Amino acid sequence: MDKSTVESAGTPAPRDLAIELIGIDKRFGPVHANKNIDLAVERGTIHGIIGENGAGKSTLMSILYGFYHADSGEIRVGGRPVHIADSQAAIAAGIGMVHQHFMLVHNFTVLENIMLGAEDGAILNRGVARARAELQRLEKEYALEVDPDAVIEELPVGLQQRVEILKALYRGADILILDEPTGVLTPAEADHLFRILAQLKQQGKTVIFITHKLREIMAITDTVSVMRRGEMVATRRTADTNVEELAELMVGRRVLLRVEKGRSHPGAVKLSVRGLSVRDSRGVKMVDNVSFEVRAGEIVGIAGVAGNGQSQLLEAIAGIRPAESGEVFLDGRPVAVTGYADPALLRRLGLAHVPEDRHHMGLVLPFEENENAILGYHGGSEYVSGPFLDIDAIRADARAKIDKYDIRPPDCRLRTANFSGGNQQKIVLAREMERDPIVLIIGQPTRGVDVGAIEFIHRRIIEMRDAGKAILLVSVELDEIRSLSDRILVMFAGRVVGERGPEASEGELGLLMAGIEGERAVAARPEAVS
Amino acid sequence: MDTILQLLDLSVRSAVPLLLAALAGLYSERSGVFDIGLEGKMLAAAFFAAAAAAVTGSAWLGLLAGIGASVVLALVHGFASITNRGNQIVSGVAINFIAAGLTALLGNSWFSQGGRTPQLFAGQRFNPIDLPLADTLASVPLVGQFYSQVVSGHNLIAYVAFLMVPFTWWVLFRTRFGLRLRAVGENPAAVDTAGISVTWARYRAVIVCGVLCGFAGAYLSIGLQAGYVKDMTAGRGFIALAALIFAKWRPVAVMWACLLFGFLGAIEIRYQGVALPMVGVLPVQLVQALPYILTVVLLAGFIGRAIPPRAGGIPYVKER
Repeated sequence: MDKSTVESAGTPAPRDLAIELIGIDKRFGPVHANKNIDLAVERGTIHGIIGENGAGKSTLMSILYGFYHADSGEIRVGGRPVHIADSQAAIAAGIGMVHQHFMLVHNFTVLENIMLGAEDGAILNRGVARARAELQRLEKEYALEVDPDAVIEELPVGLQQRVEILKALYRGADILILDEPTGVLTPAEADHLFRILAQLKQQGKTVIFITHKLREIMAITDTVSVMRRGEMVATRRTADTNVEELAELMVGRRVLLRVEKGRSHPGAVKLSVRGLSVRDSRGVKMVDNVSFEVRAGEIVGIAGVAGNGQSQLLEAIAGIRPAESGEVFLDGRPVAVTGYADPALLRRLGLAHVPEDRHHMGLVLPFEENENAILGYHGGSEYVSGPFLDIDAIRADARAKIDKYDIRPPDCRLRTANFSGGNQQKIVLAREMERDPIVLIIGQPTRGVDVGAIEFIHRRIIEMRDAGKAILLVSVELDEIRSLSDRILVMFAGRVVGERGPEASEGELGLLMAGIEGERAVAARPEAVS
Repeated sequence: MDTILQLLDLSVRSAVPLLLAALAGLYSERSGVFDIGLEGKMLAAAFFAAAAAAVTGSAWLGLLAGIGASVVLALVHGFASITNRGNQIVSGVAINFIAAGLTALLGNSWFSQGGRTPQLFAGQRFNPIDLPLADTLASVPLVGQFYSQVVSGHNLIAYVAFLMVPFTWWVLFRTRFGLRLRAVGENPAAVDTAGISVTWARYRAVIVCGVLCGFAGAYLSIGLQAGYVKDMTAGRGFIALAALIFAKWRPVAVMWACLLFGFLGAIEIRYQGVALPMVGVLPVQLVQALPYILTVVLLAGFIGRAIPPRAGGIPYVKER
């Protein structure tokens, strides 16, 4: 790894440290999750830990919270070495944790959840009274209002998270670890959380904030540590750094925020959609008389706010959801999309599909990587010998794809569920792209994918275009659509309400996506969009 | 009037083993360990209680032996499903088979009476207890008659069973043990991150289950009957499970469900072969199937969805 980005975790100046991790090392079988990690967190600060998915942030915090044990290394709390054997020990040391997936009992009340594990005696009466009083005090002190008698599953996610924070404070936590706390929150709820954290800091609490979102780091942290592939690569004062530097530290090289690509050279029409209408499972018309064409060697991007029919459009073209009416031509041949559609036939004809939801449609998570690498193509002659699967050929094929797509860890026998989101997406992309399709349709190529993988995936998509594939791209990330597409179609309420070139401004597309320019655009739409 | 009271009295007798077994299942399943081995534990307890009572001459030692046997089987279930994270259904089925085979084998080799244990005398069993004033109040219409005929005159284990209902409610909802027990059955990860051992909490629940199944088995062989007869539980463990689901894993509702099934059992005994007007003689099989039919029908249509503890049946493994 490149040494220039490595910096020692701290200067020897005397500081009041809440937490000090020295040489923490942890392996899970073949996966080296934490490599000799040093970390120093100052008391009364908000310390961010940023890194891509799978960089080892959550593992490190789970070790600090006693959920896992480090293979080696030392933990110091308030300057004193402590042995954290389990979560009880972490709690006793004043460490509280808000997990990414809340550790709440869904049908218990707020009060019961807060008391669990800190009941204060075998019979609850006394504990209940104390918890209620303490809860009121905490609510006042930190502006964390929540009804103690509400049942968890009836609370919105933001309030459930508040209960998690209260749980930690009730146990006397001075150091609060939050693991990807904003992933489940709406922007408004996230802003509220940030206010709460600022309040906690004011009261002298130390907050460790784990995220992979740069914006959040810049917004609330005092100090930020960057992890990459199990290593701690840098610690910076947030005020002394910027988004570009952090992004570079995270992935280890400069991220191309704008994908570099040459001019497109569109050839013959490879995918032609005419008058396609699709209803969803509730019978609501989601795609309404949509027509467009995609030529060889170009990327057509479909922009739109999620839920305006893009998903159903993709599914209908892929043969997964029967269309109500319309025609689809693949390389000039009509293919059935109404009534009974046959995704397997479409694949044989040269259509490759990267589905929007890789967990639901793209992968079987409990399978080994090599099994997913051929899923859907497993009947192909190169993977079978007689009536049996040719395991050696399949694994060799999987290893080749792992190399080419830089899938980590490079282990084709690993359960797919154990790969990070970005690597799982690469497994799907490798499978679909390596079939050398004529038409490639891709839904949300980088949803839940970390920065480094995004760049890689974007480059691969451009390469496919330059190799003469016709590519239909659906994404709710407007940046992604704008940087990849040669032409942009905007969908609103099931219809294509406009077509723009890649130079279209964000504002212009935004108006179309919001349906404001839409009506005029539809009226003025030229008959043949190409 | 007497007929009705007799029928009710019989209902209570039939309900007691169901109630004990269902409460046993309640502890185990609320902690996330499904248990279809209630039947087997009860059977083993019935056998060992009767055997120990016959050999030692003491009902109390019999009860202890029954509880001991049942707890051992409960620990086997716990070891398989908690420690080794095995499938809880398979483990439960195995326990039922072990109990059926073991009691037959040991019964034959120890007593040579075709699987029976020797007939027990009054001092070797739990005898009916007349509650205070039962005789005096017998002449008071309704309330007094009900008291002396239905409430009074059961053995000690029966009273223990009914006292267990409010006690179980209290344990579950008013003690630390109960709070943790319910929590491990719903979201063991929440308990683990609170620094409490999921394994130990589940083992304790399974042990309580064993103790109560021991009472249930002992009630049959050294309370209701005077000795062990081969396969004497006759599916009561499964009816108890039905009652538990029917009652949605709630203690007081479990009592009512068991009384209802006990009532059906009483009808089965009382009206076997009796011709009813318009209908004629009901087939025994139909009457025996009633509790199950009732469970299916009521669950399907009237009670609504019975939602089991969320983590039920799933061995707890830390992520990764």
